[in-house]
Amino acid sequence: MTKQRFILLALLVGVLAFLAAGCGGDDDEAADTGGTTEEGGGEAVSGNISVLAVWTGAEGESFQAVLDGFKEENPDVTVSYKSAAEPATVLSTAVEGGNPPDIAALPQPGFMTDFAQRGALKPIDFAEDKIKEGFSDSWLDLGTVDGKLYGLFFKGANKSTVWYNAAAFEDAGVEPPADWDAFLEAGDTLKASGVTPYSIGGADGWTLTDLFENIYLRSAGPEKYDQLTKHEIPWTDPSVNEALTEMGKVLQSGNIAGGTSSALQTDFPTSVTQVFADPPKAAQVLEGDFVGGVIADETTAEPDTGFNVYAFPEINDSGPVVMGGGDVMVMFKDNPAARALIEYLATPEAAEIWAAKGGFSSPNKNVDTSVYPDELTKKTASELANAEVFRFDMSDLMPGAFGSDALFTLLQDFLKTPDDVEAIQKKLETAAASAFKSS
Amino acid sequence: MSSTGVGVELPAGEAPPPPPRDSAFRRALLPLSFLGPALLLLFVWVVYPMVATMWRSLFNDRGTEFVWLDNYEQIFTDERLQTALKNNALWVLIVPAAVTAVGLVFAVLTERIVWSTAFKISVFMPLAISLFAVGVIWRIMYQQDPDRGAINAGLAAIQGQFGAEGVLSQASPSTDDLTGSIEQGFELDRTVQPGGVALLGLTAIRVPEIPEDAVQAVKPEPLQGGITGVVWRDFKAGGGTPGEVEQGELGLPGVTVELRDSAGDTIDETKAETNGTFAFDQVEDGEYHIAVASTTFAEPFEGVNWLGDKLITPAIMFAFIWVQAGFAMVITAAGLASIPRDTLEAARTDGASEWQVFRRITIPLLAPVLTVVFVTQIIGVLKLFDLILSIAPGSTQDEAATLAFVQWQVSFSGQNRFGLGSAIATFILILFIPFLIVNVRRFRADTS
Repeated sequence: MTKQRFILLALLVGVLAFLAAGCGGDDDEAADTGGTTEEGGGEAVSGNISVLAVWTGAEGESFQAVLDGFKEENPDVTVSYKSAAEPATVLSTAVEGGNPPDIAALPQPGFMTDFAQRGALKPIDFAEDKIKEGFSDSWLDLGTVDGKLYGLFFKGANKSTVWYNAAAFEDAGVEPPADWDAFLEAGDTLKASGVTPYSIGGADGWTLTDLFENIYLRSAGPEKYDQLTKHEIPWTDPSVNEALTEMGKVLQSGNIAGGTSSALQTDFPTSVTQVFADPPKAAQVLEGDFVGGVIADETTAEPDTGFNVYAFPEINDSGPVVMGGGDVMVMFKDNPAARALIEYLATPEAAEIWAAKGGFSSPNKNVDTSVYPDELTKKTASELANAEVFRFDMSDLMPGAFGSDALFTLLQDFLKTPDDVEAIQKKLETAAASAFKSS
Repeated sequence: MSSTGVGVELPAGEAPPPPPRDSAFRRALLPLSFLGPALLLLFVWVVYPMVATMWRSLFNDRGTEFVWLDNYEQIFTDERLQTALKNNALWVLIVPAAVTAVGLVFAVLTERIVWSTAFKISVFMPLAISLFAVGVIWRIMYQQDPDRGAINAGLAAIQGQFGAEGVLSQASPSTDDLTGSIEQGFELDRTVQPGGVALLGLTAIRVPEIPEDAVQAVKPEPLQGGITGVVWRDFKAGGGTPGEVEQGELGLPGVTVELRDSAGDTIDETKAETNGTFAFDQVEDGEYHIAVASTTFAEPFEGVNWLGDKLITPAIMFAFIWVQAGFAMVITAAGLASIPRDTLEAARTDGASEWQVFRRITIPLLAPVLTVVFVTQIIGVLKLFDLILSIAPGSTQDEAATLAFVQWQVSFSGQNRFGLGSAIATFILILFIPFLIVNVRRFRADTS
């Protein structure tokens, strides 16, 4: 008995030990920043630092190239990069365990606020002057929590773009419109030419929230946008009514590919590809800079001759306004090497390394736009960096029960009945009130 | 194992040792050591999560406040959950019965047809596909656009065979002078007299539908004692001036033009030439209306909206039945094979018709097997989740939702409402209990 027992026990202990080792495998990541020198510029820093972000595959390689650039400038610092599919979850656990990486990239500023308020983040005000050089105030505000600067937006996404079928525009004799009236007029002309003006991916609620946010940010202005984001003004506000009314003009069944019921079944990739089918099912699709990637991967359309992009039209002289997203760099541990890396990431040179590799837009306006691999990325990226006003995607900043659920389904209801603005406003307000209350 | 078995009898000459005092414990130890790992896993993966979920369901979504049964109250008041409850009821009422019936029919049929093995394989095949993949397949098949959805493509082909022929599928008038609709035709508001010229401008014509032989449109000269006119695509790049025949605008050959009298009755019709012109000769004096006939327009097939809010639940049910029919058929066929042939023969000899044999002999003898299929299906339906996620587009997820789906949605799709999610999970568990009892009882009856 004893012998078998022993073996069994040993096996069990072995398995448990193995599991335990798997759970706590991060121990060796602990940053030890040994001999350091003064923080003043020019002096060499040394040490080991760890960085965590979401990027894998080609994106991971590009970011590694950025880090390699840092290594060239600071040969005594070893940077180890690790990727995680859900950085916020991994970081929560790491912070609980007292062992976070030195620097991490977070996909939403909400996580940054969360960590900062828990006291897990170190302010990066040492780099404030450097960041101010390259970034507009909107980006600094987004990186600030309770008056202190915590975040540096290294990578951005421009969601204020409209992608169009160049041939359909040419056939109809339409130029990319600059303001909303011209935009609606162009839609009528396209329709008269026999091409449905807009393609809507209504099966995915977020395409509708993006459209609403773009219109609202322009028609109501950034202050109201911020207030609505925090639910300081209700969804029954007249400004929401105005924005939804304009949105309703786009969403009329005759204006959207396949009509209302088909649009409700169209997912985002299809909403892109059907614009570049032969014959096109619609002339343009209203979504962010990532549409370019879908076109390149899934259609045969060529830039300029086949597809092109213009900035989401102005409403009420709103000026260069961009709604979008971005990844924010935050610092969990304060040491000279980490500081040096933050300062490095704030430079245009760091961003240019990735920009040249493609699939990247830098919010840094000092980035040399000629490094972007193609004209269209150059266009969307410079609009992003030069926007006087930038606002983060509203739905990402709201409680999940509203921002990624009720808002989706209610805007889908609105797509079904785009003339019934007030009814949808009431439903939005009811849902928002309960979601903001319970969060 | 040296302390038990033969080793005890070996010491000779000595008095047998007293039985160990802890023998009861030791006797329990052996079964425990075998059961232990299983019990441990059962506890860790089943009992603990179950109890923890029930406990969690009494707290608010963040887990900070004890809210008694508030979450359960939501199950019966929340709009989405009410739809889910209704859907669950529909699923339980319709689908298990349908699957059992279809399985029975297939099983009986396969006994009689020649290629029965091939048939059995093709019916059974869907069961080998993961339910999520089944959903993806049907989601594509159900697409409304006939260019994307196979089912609507088939219906479109049938409609194209029998539907109306026409040169255009859609158009709208270029100016307010023309009124009407595709169904009624577009009529010119002002009346025309012999010697007059009618301009019928149309826009919003799909580029691929512009007739191939169309040439530059021409405004015709007036005709003595007749009415002339032109029907053309009143659009050129940039829009052009509506209502005017301009350079670069094409005629619409093949469009049917109607001459209507003042009462609105059609008295003559003709077709436009390649440059869009048409003429009615020898028209008596009077006031006439000119119209683009509705026969110009082929009724476009819009596709059945399978994934819309009305049909989404039946559509998903059909996909589920498609998968499960194979399972039901195989189980039922096995049951059929074990029915004593002589009973059936005896009934036939006594003059029973095939239907009577089926109804009075086969079905009663198959009853236990059919119950197995039925109960299995109820359990499968109650926990249904993946098929709904993969078939219903985001816009009709709420209409298609079942309890298990909402449970996932509120907890894990970014909402983090774990209080409500746990309550729904507990509620589903309660729904399961009667069927579990039935199953356990039958299992006992079978083994005893």
